[in-house]
Amino acid sequence: MGPSGTGKTTLLKLIGGQLRPTRGSIEVDGQDVHKLSRKALYQLRMRMGMLFQSGALLTDLSVYDNVAYPLREHTNLPESMIRRLVLMKLEAVGLRGARELMPSELSGGMARRVALSRAIALDPMMVMYDEPFTGQDPISMGVLAQLVRRLNDAVGLTSILVSHDVEETAGISDLIYVISGGKVIESGAPDALMDSNSPAVKQFMGGLPDGPVGFHYQAPSLSEDLLSMRGAK
Amino acid sequence: MLDIFARFGRVGLAALERLGRGHLLLLQILLGLTSLLPRPKLLAAQIHSIGVRTTTIIVVSGLFVGMVLGLQGYYVLSQFGAEDSLGVMVAASLVRELGPVVTALLFAGRAGSALTAEIGLMKATEQLSGLEMMAVDPIRRILSPRFYAGFISMPLLAAMFSAIGVIGGYFVSVGLLGVDDGAFWSQMQAKIDWSEDVLNGVIKSFVFGFVCAWIALFQGYDTIPTSAGVSQSTTRTVVHSALAVLVLDFVLTALMFGG
Repeated sequence: MGPSGTGKTTLLKLIGGQLRPTRGSIEVDGQDVHKLSRKALYQLRMRMGMLFQSGALLTDLSVYDNVAYPLREHTNLPESMIRRLVLMKLEAVGLRGARELMPSELSGGMARRVALSRAIALDPMMVMYDEPFTGQDPISMGVLAQLVRRLNDAVGLTSILVSHDVEETAGISDLIYVISGGKVIESGAPDALMDSNSPAVKQFMGGLPDGPVGFHYQAPSLSEDLLSMRGAK
Repeated sequence: MLDIFARFGRVGLAALERLGRGHLLLLQILLGLTSLLPRPKLLAAQIHSIGVRTTTIIVVSGLFVGMVLGLQGYYVLSQFGAEDSLGVMVAASLVRELGPVVTALLFAGRAGSALTAEIGLMKATEQLSGLEMMAVDPIRRILSPRFYAGFISMPLLAAMFSAIGVIGGYFVSVGLLGVDDGAFWSQMQAKIDWSEDVLNGVIKSFVFGFVCAWIALFQGYDTIPTSAGVSQSTTRTVVHSALAVLVLDFVLTALMFGG
């Protein structure tokens, strides 16, 4: 967790090997992601699922075909088997009935649930969620949070969830790292973090306006800016 | 003063960098053939959407270009009393020059721009990233089939353009202007050389297909993922393709027929 713009999504992209770190290394399941060959990286990614903020569904394919996509690309399963798997994955996110719809016909929340069932289609060992709760209504937010937790426990996943929704995230996490300014400033179980003494963590967890993390983007003082003639016509 | 030099340097470096990225992408696209061969269906689907769907504009344009050639050629040739050579003139212009070039220009406008917009939007909506995280290489899965489909479609479309153009020229010459039917065809048969004219034209259209598909895919893949970025890339595809086709046409013509 952490305020916007601190590099949470970047961190996920680094873990997935989509971005290269300028310094340091990242290990997933004991393998240094950025030292792997192309082939090994793709094999590792088969064991990772990633849920993008936008869903990133293939817009030309129906919901069903989107979920079937990784199965068709990576396995030689017969179509009847794929059908059963797809229906099971869609049932898990409550969208079995929406399988004929096209992504353009889905609401943002539904698209993300479809993307979630696609992310778990290949039964990965780990799923990364990029801001799964943003833009969800309270009902689907609660359902989604429970879903993330249930999937995690039922399949024995490792879930890495990036979010700034304190309550929802704290409700389902085992361990929280708070990031600010590109650094981990605190980590621990949700309850421990709530009692943290660090001012930045306190401010973030409590949603307080005043504290070390500023609301304003870096700028000269308002009066100076208003009175200055620079840029004025 | 130094500022101007620095700016020139930056622009030059950026252009060189883009050129490098373009060639690296081309290399990866070409290598994608290995994963394309076991799945010919992917290629067939793209030949359908890139090639088959471009036929209407090619057929109609070919017909009219051929008819205009008939009219214009008649004007020049009749001054020398050489109307009987109209068939040769029409066919030679089409097969050697207009077929490959006009087809390539139309292809860039119709299929190239569509490819750029498609790939660009896939990038802007994170679909390409999504594929990567599903362990599907977007270059092999999305770009390669489109590239080879363009490369294969272009010569076929150009052949179609030339063939329809000849028929259009025939309608105008024989039907409208009263050129002798037998002379039209027999002169064409006698004077158009298989390797000198037809083969060279086919080589041209393969080169154009290669370049147009490459430009369109690179512009899409390298786009700035915003609406303005995609629109800019689409425009660039058409402009760069047209320029590349015309310049390459001169070079190829000089090499083939210049000596």
